[in-house]
Amino acid sequence: MNAWYSVFAALFIVLFLTLVSLIGVGPVGAKGIFGIYIPYLAAVVFFVGIVVRIIQWAKVPVPFNICTTGGQGKSLPWIKNDNLDCPHNTWGVIGRMFLEVFLFRSLFRNTKAQLGQGAKLTFASAKWLWLFGILFHYSFLTIVLRHLRFFTEPMPSFVQWISYFDGFFELLLPTVFLTDIVFLLAAGYLFLRRVVIPQIRYLSLPSDYFALFLILAIGISGVLMRQVWKVDLLQVKELALGLASFRPAIPQGIGDIFYIHLFLVCCLAVYFPFSKLMHAPGVFFSPTRNLANNNRMVRHINPWNYPVKVHTYEEYEDEYREKMKAVGLPVDKE
Amino acid sequence: MYNSGKVIIGIIIFLAVFALPIWYNRGAAVVPPKLELPKDEKQCVEATAYMKASHMEMLDTWRNSVVRDGARVYVSTTGKTYNMSLQNTCLACHKTKEKFCDRCHNYLDVAPDCWDCHIAPEVKLTGRTK
Repeated sequence: MNAWYSVFAALFIVLFLTLVSLIGVGPVGAKGIFGIYIPYLAAVVFFVGIVVRIIQWAKVPVPFNICTTGGQGKSLPWIKNDNLDCPHNTWGVIGRMFLEVFLFRSLFRNTKAQLGQGAKLTFASAKWLWLFGILFHYSFLTIVLRHLRFFTEPMPSFVQWISYFDGFFELLLPTVFLTDIVFLLAAGYLFLRRVVIPQIRYLSLPSDYFALFLILAIGISGVLMRQVWKVDLLQVKELALGLASFRPAIPQGIGDIFYIHLFLVCCLAVYFPFSKLMHAPGVFFSPTRNLANNNRMVRHINPWNYPVKVHTYEEYEDEYREKMKAVGLPVDKE
Repeated sequence: MYNSGKVIIGIIIFLAVFALPIWYNRGAAVVPPKLELPKDEKQCVEATAYMKASHMEMLDTWRNSVVRDGARVYVSTTGKTYNMSLQNTCLACHKTKEKFCDRCHNYLDVAPDCWDCHIAPEVKLTGRTK
């Protein structure tokens, strides 16, 4: 597939979705559909989709212990074991999982192979993907948590603390949140990396770009709503609380940009269970990560194993003992 | 399903965390705050829609104009002139900040720094309010 085809296909889909909500809310005026029905539908697809997919995954047997090792395994007592990179027990697995989920450790170990002077192959550390990846995920998390201010009344104090520190420098008015800037920059990097580096451009598919464009569009529409085309937050909270308490009602007079933002978020929620975004629960289902490297201590039973019909030597001898004796073959039992 | 115990615990945690907006308020209907509007004045400095969306920007411009240039006269789009002053103009009509400013700001977790310098009329100098 042509690399640029992927970029533009994804871009057009996101622009199309934006246009759908813009026309649907503006000229058509279907605010009830975009404000109530689509969000509920998206929530149902999101929750059911993720649970169903997790159960499907959990039904897949793991035939072999294929844990990846990145350090000294448990061996003789005087050889030091690296229990985080080559866990031999559950605590090691939990430690490795924790570092993987919260610090993206395996991405931190990313290296780049290149030909140096002459024909010398060198491996250099490549941390940019890790850096922007982790910035992206943590700023996304902060932004989602900040949105709890619309869904809770009274607000939990941690939401207020997050907003306070996020807007600590009180840049511009309304205060620009640092995570908004970091989020857009990091998502921008993740996109540029795909188009600028030829190998990654060659590998990238429309689905890679689509998730990025959709998330970028959500971020941009959110920032625009906060800084430029302001909407009535009192009514936004009314709508959000109405949806959360199953008493949905559309308040009059929320700006169209809000419905665009909401619709794009709904699209993301619907897309989530069917896409690569499922790496969120998927990381817990990676046999290369969640198994301990204890092949020599614990036998990994292949669930696919079926009862094999065996014919042991004892049974063989019982069957042919007389014949064996007759021709002079040695037997275990007389 | 393999490891069903762990998987089910994981699914329950996922659902519990993501359904926070639903269980947090326990389905209670929240009454949005009602702002106490001035009784004797019908028209704010600018139109209501503009004030709702952009009052913070207007106050910011006012502050810069007064503090940096000493210019205190604001001419509204209707041609009326106002004294650029939070305490003497805004609070003249919106008499108590608790019943007007704070209701919205607290409801939506907005913490403007107006009251770092200004003192709201009723509040005595015993403690800082925000």
